[in-house]
Amino acid sequence: MTDLILLLVSAALVNNVVLSQFYGLCSFLGVSRQRKTAVSMGFAVLFVIMIATAVAWPIYHYVLDPLELEYLQTIVFILVIAGLVQFVEMFIKKSNPGLYTALGVFLPLITTNCAVLGVALTSVQKEYSFAESMVYGIGTSVGYIIAIAVLAGIREKIENNNIAGPLKGMPIVLFSSALMAIAFVGFSGLIS
Amino acid sequence: MKAYLERISNGIVKENPIFILVIGMCPTFAVTTSMMNGIGMGLSTLVVLVLSNLLVSLLRPIIRDQIRLPAFIVVIASFVTIVELMLKAYLPSLYDALGIYIPLIVVNCIIIGRAEAYAFKNGPVLSIFDGIGMGLGFTVALSIIGGLRELIGAGTILGIDVAGNFFTPIAIFTSPPGAFIVVGFIIMIMNGLHIKNESSKRVESCDGCCASCGQNSCSDRTEEQKKA
Repeated sequence: MTDLILLLVSAALVNNVVLSQFYGLCSFLGVSRQRKTAVSMGFAVLFVIMIATAVAWPIYHYVLDPLELEYLQTIVFILVIAGLVQFVEMFIKKSNPGLYTALGVFLPLITTNCAVLGVALTSVQKEYSFAESMVYGIGTSVGYIIAIAVLAGIREKIENNNIAGPLKGMPIVLFSSALMAIAFVGFSGLIS
Repeated sequence: MKAYLERISNGIVKENPIFILVIGMCPTFAVTTSMMNGIGMGLSTLVVLVLSNLLVSLLRPIIRDQIRLPAFIVVIASFVTIVELMLKAYLPSLYDALGIYIPLIVVNCIIIGRAEAYAFKNGPVLSIFDGIGMGLGFTVALSIIGGLRELIGAGTILGIDVAGNFFTPIAIFTSPPGAFIVVGFIIMIMNGLHIKNESSKRVESCDGCCASCGQNSCSDRTEEQKKA
């Protein structure tokens, strides 16, 4: 149990998915203009990572591993994730329009997000058990939600300020992220 | 011949994937802790890009429009796996240094973006040169970022000590925050010199990567929703 909690904290804070691993950087920079959209995006990532990990783990351990086809993992994972996301999107669209409005818009954009494939590959590489993989997935997504929500908050404040010409747009966002990343380096002593 | 050279200079200068188009940021930030890693990542991506451009271009008559994205993903993922196994066999030190970022080349937007924007519309030879140009542009950008981070953060270039007694290396530049700072400064300088780049578009868009890769962009989808 302690191991799982440590894994959760380390995935969420110490090795933050965006600020130290750089997975999902594009959506982190692209969808962080408003807090509301940013948080929805974060939960959509949580949702997809959970499904992708729940499916990728059994596929690797019950299909690829027994057949000695481990080298196909990248191809199989990306195809399964892409197909699954499409399917889930269609399913939600029909069954739960409210949820679709909140998360659906982001689902297709997440297929090519490094974070999803990254979590699936890392949990195989580190030989996590099923429970550990799921906890690692949750921790990673929580880290993503924290990072994108904080950056969106900062960007909403930046909107009201007068930024020097060349710093406008991407550079000021990158410098804000750099300061956040420095703050997150502080967590590195948390787990030894 | 001129058209081929134009493709190469286009990739390196006019449409440089990192500095002008600002795509594929995930590996750009992650592996540029040293110049060597940057070059290694750049060249691996170049190989995948050239081969996938060639195959996508050759398969144009067979691939139907509706299923082109899954088809691109299969082609790209196969070549990434080949490159990964080759690196593991022949360059194990680079394989260890790049780690998980090698399989993540699959989701690098530059590759699927070029398949969609160029190779699916042009002949095989031009597509190869487009891949070489874009790959070299990516390699050059990664080497510059990696070189700067290595120089400031460790005081070395390609492992050779150049700092000596001139300055003390600032270690934060080789750690993750340094990537944000270096890329931020480069884009700031480009903005200051009025070199046109698409970074502002990237921070406005719904998802910087995928929106540019031919998938439905965010604005299309929200309009679609309003109608429904």
